[in-house]
Amino acid sequence: MHEYSIVEALISRVSQEVEAHGARGVMRVYVKIGALSGVEPELLASAYEVFREKTVCADAELNIERVEERWACSSCRQALAREAGLICPRCSTPARLVSGDEIVLERIEMEVA
Amino acid sequence: MCQDCGCGDPEMVPVDLHARILADNDRLSAHNRDHFARLGIFTLNLMGSPGSGKTALLEATAKRLGGSLRLGAVSGDLATDRDAERLRAAGIPAVSITTGSACHLDAQMIHRSLHRLPLSDLDLFVIENVGNLVCPAVYDLGQNANVVTLSVTEGEDKPLKYPVMFAKVGLVILTKTDLLPHLPGVTVSGFAASLARVMPDPKLIPLSALNGDGLDAWISWLSASLARAHNRQSRRSV
Repeated sequence: MHEYSIVEALISRVSQEVEAHGARGVMRVYVKIGALSGVEPELLASAYEVFREKTVCADAELNIERVEERWACSSCRQALAREAGLICPRCSTPARLVSGDEIVLERIEMEVA
Repeated sequence: MCQDCGCGDPEMVPVDLHARILADNDRLSAHNRDHFARLGIFTLNLMGSPGSGKTALLEATAKRLGGSLRLGAVSGDLATDRDAERLRAAGIPAVSITTGSACHLDAQMIHRSLHRLPLSDLDLFVIENVGNLVCPAVYDLGQNANVVTLSVTEGEDKPLKYPVMFAKVGLVILTKTDLLPHLPGVTVSGFAASLARVMPDPKLIPLSALNGDGLDAWISWLSASLARAHNRQSRRSV
């Protein structure tokens, strides 16, 4: 289960920002997780609960936004559904993943003195 | 104090980042990639389920190449040096990365292992990842290409069950094809049909490390990939 290592990386990124802004604490952390990212939001949330103790995120709520997978033709950009096959019916070009692979730290809400 | 309503809360400052959580891993994988490019090494991230035939593929590859390409490898497993021992016995310079309980290799583990390998003597470096169809797909290691081994006994629908992995790889090696006569109803075209629903540009090489079927197609794919990478590199350095 690699969600623990994702949380470790997340808390380390947040710590860097806290230090850079001289913040007193973190109130909320917003992340975006894509459906095809390989990260399971529920596992990420439970890993966060375990790991956040005694870190800068101890009192911070984790907000996870799920991002659906979207594919499009890499040539004509027509939207394609994976279930229907990943080759564009119009121009026979392989599809490209437009969104859905995000493992992104969007925003931190910090408390400053 | 809160500027908006005077509620007495300490001031809240939002910081927008839109940054990859694995940015530290990305930095190290970029460093690995630079290192491989400078040395002119083509690097593969070889993934697949435990027992899908990653090590057997490399053993058969070394035998077929017979030194025409200089191959080196690092093997990731939770415990033991067994895979690297097998590779060394097949004439491939190889070291192990034992991950303890970690389910994947990351860029830092690869970086550390590089100091234990004769990199400047290699043309092709294979990272034999931890056997797992989920976690290894998440971490960039600095590789030029992702390859996954899928054995015929795992079932035609495996790609549909693990779309993250199969959407990410450039090539699937369908291994243990010598077992197909014992698997009623299982066909290469069945695997190809599943792949077409998860892999944008499906490439499938059916192969048996036991009887050598498909090895030539695999070696041709390797040679073509190496040549393409070298062309790109030499264009860049002009």
